Amino acid sequence: MVKEADHVPDTMQTPDVPPPTPAKDQFQEELVIRPLHSGDIYASFQFRTMWDTDFLRGSKVSHYRLFPKSLGQVISKFSVRELHISFTQGYWRTMQWGQPFLPSPPGAELWVWFQDTVTDVDGAWKELTNVLSGIFCASLNFIDSTNTVQPSASFKPLGLGNVTDQRFLRYAVLPREIVCTENLTPWKKLLPCGSKAGLAVLMKSEKLFHSSFHSQALHFRPVCQDWKCKSTVWELRQTLNVVFDLHTSGQGKREWSLFKMFSRTLTEACPLASSSKVYVDVTDNPQGELFELSPTTPLLSQAVVLGDRRTYSVYDLTNQATFGQTRSLNMLLRWRAAESAPPHHDARYVAGYGLQTGEIHTLMYNNHPYRAFPVLLLDTVPWYLRLYIHTLTVTSKGRDNKPSYIHYQPSKDRLRPHLLEMLVQLPPNSVTEVTMQFERALLKWTEYTPDPNHGFYVGSSVISALVPSVVAMDTNSTRECPLFSSFFPCKEESSYFMRVYTEPLLVNLPTPDFSMPYNVICLTCTVVAVGYGSLYNLLTRTFQVEEPSPGLAKRLANIIRRLRGVPLL
Amino acid sequence: MAAPLTLLLIVAVTIRAVLFRSSLAELIPERVEVVSPLNAWKRVVEGLALLDLGVSPYAGDVFHETPLIIYFFHFVIDYAEIVFMVMTRLVGCVFLLQFRKQKYALEAERYPLDCLELIRTPKEMYYIPLKVAMFYLLNPFTILSCVAKSTCGLNNAVIALFILCTVKGSSLMSAIFLALATYQSIYPLTLFAPALLYLLQRLYIPVNWQRSSFWLFTTQYTFMYLGSLCVMVCLSFFLLSSWDFLSSVYGFILSVPDLTPNIGLFWYFFAEMFEHFRLFFICVFQINVFFYTIPLSIKLKEHPIFLIFMQIAIISIFKSYPTVGDIALYMAFLPAWNHLYRFLRNIFLVSVVLLACSALFPVLWHLWIYAGSANSNFYYAITLLFNVAQILLVSDYFYAYLRREHHLTHGLYLKRKDGSEATLVLK
Repeated sequence: MVKEADHVPDTMQTPDVPPPTPAKDQFQEELVIRPLHSGDIYASFQFRTMWDTDFLRGSKVSHYRLFPKSLGQVISKFSVRELHISFTQGYWRTMQWGQPFLPSPPGAELWVWFQDTVTDVDGAWKELTNVLSGIFCASLNFIDSTNTVQPSASFKPLGLGNVTDQRFLRYAVLPREIVCTENLTPWKKLLPCGSKAGLAVLMKSEKLFHSSFHSQALHFRPVCQDWKCKSTVWELRQTLNVVFDLHTSGQGKREWSLFKMFSRTLTEACPLASSSKVYVDVTDNPQGELFELSPTTPLLSQAVVLGDRRTYSVYDLTNQATFGQTRSLNMLLRWRAAESAPPHHDARYVAGYGLQTGEIHTLMYNNHPYRAFPVLLLDTVPWYLRLYIHTLTVTSKGRDNKPSYIHYQPSKDRLRPHLLEMLVQLPPNSVTEVTMQFERALLKWTEYTPDPNHGFYVGSSVISALVPSVVAMDTNSTRECPLFSSFFPCKEESSYFMRVYTEPLLVNLPTPDFSMPYNVICLTCTVVAVGYGSLYNLLTRTFQVEEPSPGLAKRLANIIRRLRGVPLL
Repeated sequence: MAAPLTLLLIVAVTIRAVLFRSSLAELIPERVEVVSPLNAWKRVVEGLALLDLGVSPYAGDVFHETPLIIYFFHFVIDYAEIVFMVMTRLVGCVFLLQFRKQKYALEAERYPLDCLELIRTPKEMYYIPLKVAMFYLLNPFTILSCVAKSTCGLNNAVIALFILCTVKGSSLMSAIFLALATYQSIYPLTLFAPALLYLLQRLYIPVNWQRSSFWLFTTQYTFMYLGSLCVMVCLSFFLLSSWDFLSSVYGFILSVPDLTPNIGLFWYFFAEMFEHFRLFFICVFQINVFFYTIPLSIKLKEHPIFLIFMQIAIISIFKSYPTVGDIALYMAFLPAWNHLYRFLRNIFLVSVVLLACSALFPVLWHLWIYAGSANSNFYYAITLLFNVAQILLVSDYFYAYLRREHHLTHGLYLKRKDGSEATLVLK
């Protein structure tokens, strides 16, 4: 319970009026992190605000502390007993992820129990949906009689009270509703600390919406104040469930931290919260053999949830020591995996910026600890990327590594591509980088593909290598062996032939304006004609003194005089 | 004359040396306004690297220089910067020397008295060579071209030496240098006519079809020219033992397969050309460079030096891969026609447009290629404007020259029949 001192000055206090009872609003926040078997991770936020007020007796409530005023006014105006609203993006995959703490259907779902004092439930429902639509910036105004039902058995009240007349229940779902930042922001505003302190700082939309499943919900119901249940308080629970995908958010690496999930770390608890905790599910990791959780925490708690007893490591954010020296908490779950890198792999990419030049980089990795082996690199580059062989550099471990054999056939425009073959010796446990500069050509407008800004593809480089083998191999090719091991002929015992294909490249070329052929021809020919015209004028004409032409009257007079045969004016 | 010239040379060398050592030395050789696929330094280095690899430089489509350039740079590759600076020095000095000799005395007696103010005094003419050298050496276009190590500087040097030899009257050397210039890029072929006219004038042989002395000299000069050209082509053959270079160099210049943007008119025109008409328009555009020779030679047969200027200007504007180095060559001549200033009609407009376009070229290139917010039309538009300005400049000077000639023969202050001041028009 949080007590707050009254701001009543001494002079104004009269002995007759009893001092107002201290407010009994409470706020708790909690985050549960549960690693899933598929490598994804499930984070569930729950924020609970307990509102101790009595608006059933008709007295208007005007003092709000932790409970959001916008919601309180709506609830009291429409005499809502229970309100459950959820916005979900994605579908919860129970087979892969298990059971969620708070399930929700994709789209928007709203179900409301009205008080039994309400006379026109349909009218109140319609107005309520419109008001909620404004509060949450969602199109809940599409809820009308065509998608509203009154379930008789499935949605009994979750809070106190024995009202079971289904006339006061309304349920609607909008499966098409999309969740985005505009819905998250007003939802976050309903929290006492907003998104400024506590667990809500982690809720940043750029990461939250880049997930497999995202659901934000709001549940309002009356509950008992304490275990004795002498009086009811109103509970508002705001929950946010999100599942981060291993490949989309985790970059394929099975290692999760608060920073990787939310791009933020925790720095303090919400000052208005009576309890602020982070729970990490470590039931599958009793001795720490599956994954390692850091920073370590001594607190451990067990809870029965969804019919199963689970063990959780707890971080108490109200305790300043949880944040350590750095004043920030970023818990890290790292899975122990025995990953062995293959002895040889390659990568290729285009470097540079702009549409004029670029550089092709090919990286060849030799992960063998002590054996070096030769590789033959073959590059076929189309003619419109003009390679400059004098810019070719091959470096291993920071030093120049000269290839022992180079065969280069330069390209001929519109006839054949570049061909480069090199024999490079890869030193053990090293990365060899081959770089070459190129220039991008401007093609004729008919030579571009229909979608020219997609870019042009450059085929994969082929790297043929003789990789040292772990076991001695059999050079006798007549022996019976499965098909998959007998494709490449085996000449030596200690190394095998391997071909690696790198990534293809996508390169943009500068494009002319395709709508302009006629205009360009006209304009350029105009410029040439300007040159021709000026020079023609100067070449074929001579300078003469200009006699001014006579006025109109004189010209008419001259015509008449010519007719008369008299000398002109 | 020696002291100002030395000072000028020192200033020019300093500017170039400073730029060579600065970070701009990496940016400038990449600029498409300064280098073209024909004369980029990067391509010269590429050609030499291909030769080292054992592949013929003409096997690919990157190298379009003549074999003699390979010969030349094979030995001086390490001193490239110095070579280019020397070349520009050479051109500057050459310009200086040739403009010393200007026919002045010939003109004085023929003209009416009131034209004396049109004729240049020896005092004015004393400083013209220095001004010409200054215009060339300190022209930003030349500086950029030198720092980019574009072989355009070498071409300019050869043309300047050719002009010097012509002015000095040595027909053999003139023929050799003209052959070298033609061998480098085909277009200086049009300078054959003005060179011939000048040498004939110098030898007091009138241009008369019936005279045998005319034909004798013409055939002599033609043989010298064609002979040196053949020698150079054969020498090139023996370098790599193949005739590949003919299609790589001359075929490239004439058929314009590479559409890299530059300051000329060809690239966008042929990028947007309908395939059906490509050959037709190639022929039209190439003929456009050559066909002004005969009419201009007829009109300017008394004034071969001005004819050389006009020809060089027309080549620079209408050639297939122009660069700013070519423009710098004909702009260097402009101080020699200082006396035409009073007859120029558009000089302010032209100079402003040229300045504005030179400033806009890198801006619009950046917007198209790097920022992606403009497209090729912007750069093309500036190209058009730049070329229109150049055409106006050249035709303006031509107009002024012809008008001065008219005044020299008819008097400066002309009067109409009724005695009022006359206006001259072209009719």
